[in-house]
Amino acid sequence: MKLLLSIATTLLRAKLRQSIVAAVGVTFSITMFVALLGFMNGLNGLLDGLILNRTPHVRLYNEMKASPVQPIDLAQPDLAHHFIRSVKPKDELPRLRNAIAIMDVLASDPRVLAVSPRLVAQVFFNVGTVDLNAQVSGIDVMKEVQYYRFNDYLVQGDPRDLAAGNNTIVLGKGLADMMGASLGSAVQVTTATGDRSMLRVAGIFQSGLADIDKVQCYANIKTVQKLLARPGSYLTDINVKLKDLTQAPAMAKELAVRFGVDALDIQTANAQFETGSDVRNIISYAVGIVLLIVAGFGIYNILNMMIYEKLDAIAILKATGFSGSDVRRIFLALSLIIGITGGAAGLLFGFVLQRLIDSIPFVTAALPSITTFPVDYNPKYYVIAVSFALLTTWIAGWFPARKASQVDPVEIIRGK
Amino acid sequence: MSTNDLVLDVRKVSKSFHDPVTVPVLKEVSLDVKRGEFVSITGKSGCGKSTLLYILSTMDTDYTGDVVIDGESTHGLDGHRLAEIRNAKIGFVFQFHYLLPEFSVLKNVMLPGLKLGRHSAEEVEHRAMERLRELGMEAHALKGANQLSGGEKQRVAIARALVNDPLIIMGDEPTGNLDSRNSAIVFDIFKHIASVHRQSLLVVTHDTDFAARTDRNITMDDGRIMDHGHR
Repeated sequence: MKLLLSIATTLLRAKLRQSIVAAVGVTFSITMFVALLGFMNGLNGLLDGLILNRTPHVRLYNEMKASPVQPIDLAQPDLAHHFIRSVKPKDELPRLRNAIAIMDVLASDPRVLAVSPRLVAQVFFNVGTVDLNAQVSGIDVMKEVQYYRFNDYLVQGDPRDLAAGNNTIVLGKGLADMMGASLGSAVQVTTATGDRSMLRVAGIFQSGLADIDKVQCYANIKTVQKLLARPGSYLTDINVKLKDLTQAPAMAKELAVRFGVDALDIQTANAQFETGSDVRNIISYAVGIVLLIVAGFGIYNILNMMIYEKLDAIAILKATGFSGSDVRRIFLALSLIIGITGGAAGLLFGFVLQRLIDSIPFVTAALPSITTFPVDYNPKYYVIAVSFALLTTWIAGWFPARKASQVDPVEIIRGK
Repeated sequence: MSTNDLVLDVRKVSKSFHDPVTVPVLKEVSLDVKRGEFVSITGKSGCGKSTLLYILSTMDTDYTGDVVIDGESTHGLDGHRLAEIRNAKIGFVFQFHYLLPEFSVLKNVMLPGLKLGRHSAEEVEHRAMERLRELGMEAHALKGANQLSGGEKQRVAIARALVNDPLIIMGDEPTGNLDSRNSAIVFDIFKHIASVHRQSLLVVTHDTDFAARTDRNITMDDGRIMDHGHR
């Protein structure tokens, strides 16, 4: 095998320029493949992250709705269609009953990564004579930081201030601008029931969706409970993050039945995202593979030409005792050497191109933490690229190599 | 060694070309070559002598009858085994030298030896150098194959044929491209190989002077052996 390899490399050196052209074809396609996939997946991660990072995998809540069983149904069941729908929703708070116990049960579930409470309340901010409508979410700050990347969207302030302080609030950027509030200013809040409190601004956050930034605020959950004058067990939502995202729909159904609450899974809430990611992935793989196939044709051509030029060499190798499979291995090795060197250079250039893309400034209001184009450096794409490069060069080399192995030395030698 | 020192034993070999009509080129040809014998085959153009040589060389397998090389029947063996036989037991010298221009003279001679793998690379190199020295070519060992004259190339081709100490060296018009001086050199080398190294030679040639000086001259005509010559 060592001998065959040395023959292959010598033949390659004799046709150095053509071999380099063939290798450059592979290099180019691998470079583009790696850079394209890294960039596409970086973008995918960014766009998915916009929603997925902030969205719980399963959200438990209690929705206000009309009673599904109307009194008239009870009076005359199955008799006819009833037009009377008179009973309105019950006067019930949107609280989750027995929330603390539910959280304890979920926390010990092996499928669950994290459980975090939420208390959502409608409030007004009093700015001079104007009342601004807003929604304040009471959160477990450190858990939100850990599992929902709360930091990434906090453009000013420190989440620890919010976690520690009892009368602190983080305002959406739009809302803060409207109120002329900045870090450290005091804002007056009125609840739906008319209670007033003063809160200190501990941070400004920007979600990237302007409409949300105009109404959304965050505070420590204890602060919101105090604002509403409710006990420590009063929660409106429980957010669950799972270890495996794909289990969310099944889990949501199970939890809804088990705890008698409403449960919304992430797939149902954001069905469009998976589709977008899949389509982008398919496009980048298709482009990369097409490039590789083109490079494969280049190798095929050059090997074919080389075999026609080297018919004499093939004939004498066979006459002096090299078998057909030896000759095939020589040309296959030729092809693979081109593929491996071209592919290795492609990985290197691919990485360089990724770094280049990564350094292009990209500023978006949607993601305050992003300053350059996102690139996913996942080694998976390098592995895929190399496997495809080897596969295409192997196939591109196999046909000419087989032809070379079938050369009849007698025909060549007698033809002279 | 095999019985009777028979290196090559050809038994009733026949062959026809089928394109476009069936034409018999060899008709039940039988012959044998003993160890150390220098045999030439002569005959008119188209009498089938080259066709016979390529059958004996195991490169052409499309024939009936049998070719026994060193006691081993080769008819019906697979390509891999035939390649091994060619590598270890047969040396070739063609009208054209067929040196690989990408390799040095020395490497050209070494290639069959490296393929055989019986000796280490250093040992093969040593043996190749020895063959080149015997043929007066050691000074050119590191040159490219393209830098030599026609006669020199043919001598390198002979060194390549000898590197594995084959039992038999087959030649197809080995002096066909050479002037009379170089032809004489090649003939002397062949004679030396046969008498000193006791290797057999089977050479197809047009050159009647060359043929007349060999141990035995086989004459062919129209696919048959007309005269086996005298031992």
